[in-house]
Amino acid sequence: MNRIKCYMGIDVGSVSTNITLIDEENNVLDKQYLRTEGQPIESIRKGLKDIDRRIGKNIVVSGVGATGSGRQLAAAIVGADVVKNEITAHAVAAQKTIPDVRTIIEIGGQDSKIILLKNQVVHDFAMNTVCAAGTGSFLDRQASRIGIAIEDFGSYALKSKNPVRIAGRCAVFAESDMIHKQQMGHSREDIIGGLCDALVRNYLANLAKGKRLDSPVVFQGGVAANIGIVRAFEKALGVGIIIPEHFDVMGAYGVALLARENVQAASGKTQFNGFDKLNGSYTTESRECSGCSNCCEIVQITLDDDPVACWGDKCGKWSGTA
Amino acid sequence: MKITFPHIGNTYITAKSFLDDFGSEYVVPPFNTNKTLELGSKYTSEAHCLPFKLFVGNMLQAHELGADTMLITGGCGPCKLGYFGEMLKKTAAEIGIKMDIITLEVPDQGIKELAARIKKVSGGSNYLNVAKAVNAAKNVAVQLDNLERLSRIKRARQLEKGSVDKIYRGFQTGILEVSGSKEILKFIRQTEKTLKKLPVNEKARPLKVGIVGEIYTTIEPYANFSIERMLGNMGVEVTRQVTVSGWIINDMLKKGLHLPVESEDVRESKAYMSSMVGGHAHHTVGNTVVHAKEGYDGVIHIYPLGCMPEIVSQAILPAVEENHQIPVMTIIRDEMTGEAGFNTRVEAFVDLIKKRREEHLNEQNKMLYGY
Repeated sequence: MNRIKCYMGIDVGSVSTNITLIDEENNVLDKQYLRTEGQPIESIRKGLKDIDRRIGKNIVVSGVGATGSGRQLAAAIVGADVVKNEITAHAVAAQKTIPDVRTIIEIGGQDSKIILLKNQVVHDFAMNTVCAAGTGSFLDRQASRIGIAIEDFGSYALKSKNPVRIAGRCAVFAESDMIHKQQMGHSREDIIGGLCDALVRNYLANLAKGKRLDSPVVFQGGVAANIGIVRAFEKALGVGIIIPEHFDVMGAYGVALLARENVQAASGKTQFNGFDKLNGSYTTESRECSGCSNCCEIVQITLDDDPVACWGDKCGKWSGTA
Repeated sequence: MKITFPHIGNTYITAKSFLDDFGSEYVVPPFNTNKTLELGSKYTSEAHCLPFKLFVGNMLQAHELGADTMLITGGCGPCKLGYFGEMLKKTAAEIGIKMDIITLEVPDQGIKELAARIKKVSGGSNYLNVAKAVNAAKNVAVQLDNLERLSRIKRARQLEKGSVDKIYRGFQTGILEVSGSKEILKFIRQTEKTLKKLPVNEKARPLKVGIVGEIYTTIEPYANFSIERMLGNMGVEVTRQVTVSGWIINDMLKKGLHLPVESEDVRESKAYMSSMVGGHAHHTVGNTVVHAKEGYDGVIHIYPLGCMPEIVSQAILPAVEENHQIPVMTIIRDEMTGEAGFNTRVEAFVDLIKKRREEHLNEQNKMLYGY
């Protein structure tokens, strides 16, 4: 039986861990969207085990890419051919879906980005530096505070006839302003609608900063599932917004594409450790190095007493040891 | 009198040479670490700029080692640096430690006052000896900057990742064992030879990035997460025009001797800012223009949070970016900046300029992502 050759992209974010499998024609074969819940190693293992159980027999992994804030960790555990930052990964994925894309709006769990392209090359980007008011975690929190499921958040916003104005500068102010509006007797729909508008205002003020956002505009990241935010963006920008099919795993998709490109161009051999290795026990140990006054915090990851990765040092004394 | 001085890049070597030549007693404070910044932040207001917080940290750590006099450089320009001397005195008094502050700058009273201050440091040497030591220290600073320049060129072309860093680290610790300007210069020349012998990829045409911005954060590796090393190890050749030796020659010696100070970057900046706003704003804007004209792939602009002259520069840089079609990325550093976010930005910027060059050259051999 012929196994399908596929490439894996892993995006370990603050809130979610996404895994994507693509085939030689860049089609998405499988995708996973898991909550990281502060345990990146566990969530990677869970995701991979699930893939192995379901389709492990039919596929052969020919390349692996890692991205997201936990990319180093993912790369060490799984064995990655490419380790790439989120910005590049998202840009690559969006370009694959919409080749002439000019603006990418990406809002994830704890950060948001804007990527601008010209002549199919990234020519400017920004990541939020001021606060997390516009991101998924904040929406999650507000949804649970109002007592609705995050999945219903968008449909509530759409029902709003007269969205209230909420201060969106900062998460703390937005929340207290929201509570105030709630106590004044505004409807839940109008408050949620107002919150969506405020978050979009915050995003445009902090990230776009007067830059020209040309169409086509692509919106990706977990928050793109929120129809309320999408409509608010369309209202603010005055253009239609494209949500790619795999909007929630675009980072993983992008880095899978990069893995395919790299493995095919280079040796053609993958660094992937295989699914079996995941059954071993991983332990992480952190300590403070006392070699010099830098006092670096060293993290060492071991698999069954075998050190697989080490980082955190400034001088390279430890990171070379694994 | 036990002298100390704050850290800014390799300046400790210049200061060491200067004080060795006089036979003064001194301590080199521990290199900047998180602990230094923690200490500094504890005794300063949140709104103070990062360099000042680190200066205070250096002062406290040196005090623990017995220092009672601190040499600092100052600028009389319209930037907080001009007040560092007074602010350090006040902070030392508030903390309750005894620390004399001697500012090496050309004050309003003229060069004589500077000479008198240096004489105090030298323990009463005559003016001829003082002039000799100043000149030797200047030479050390110039050679140090040349060595740094060479290491940046080598790093972008090294065959084995980290090989330049290894030599360089050996130099930075080894130099502490060497005493006096003569020996220091010799040690620098030795290191230069070792670096020159290092095998490199001669055919490499690395990406070129200019670093501009506030002098302290661009020079001190702790303040910029060793951005030069990071870029170099990605195979990017870094240029930084604002140097300590340049500062000693232009802002201390030439200004003191009333010689004209005019440079290409300042001339180029005139089209964007006709008057001086303080700090290194002129150099930031001017060097960005110069780098663009020289065909650099990109410019990274770094400054500490709240640095007024660089806030002005940042507002001007998009115009330079547009006129000269050169990508510019601004990174603002304060004690809260996470290293991970910083790395991600730098990495993405390198990807950007790599793709851009590929597009411009339209080369057959496609460059791939991944280092």
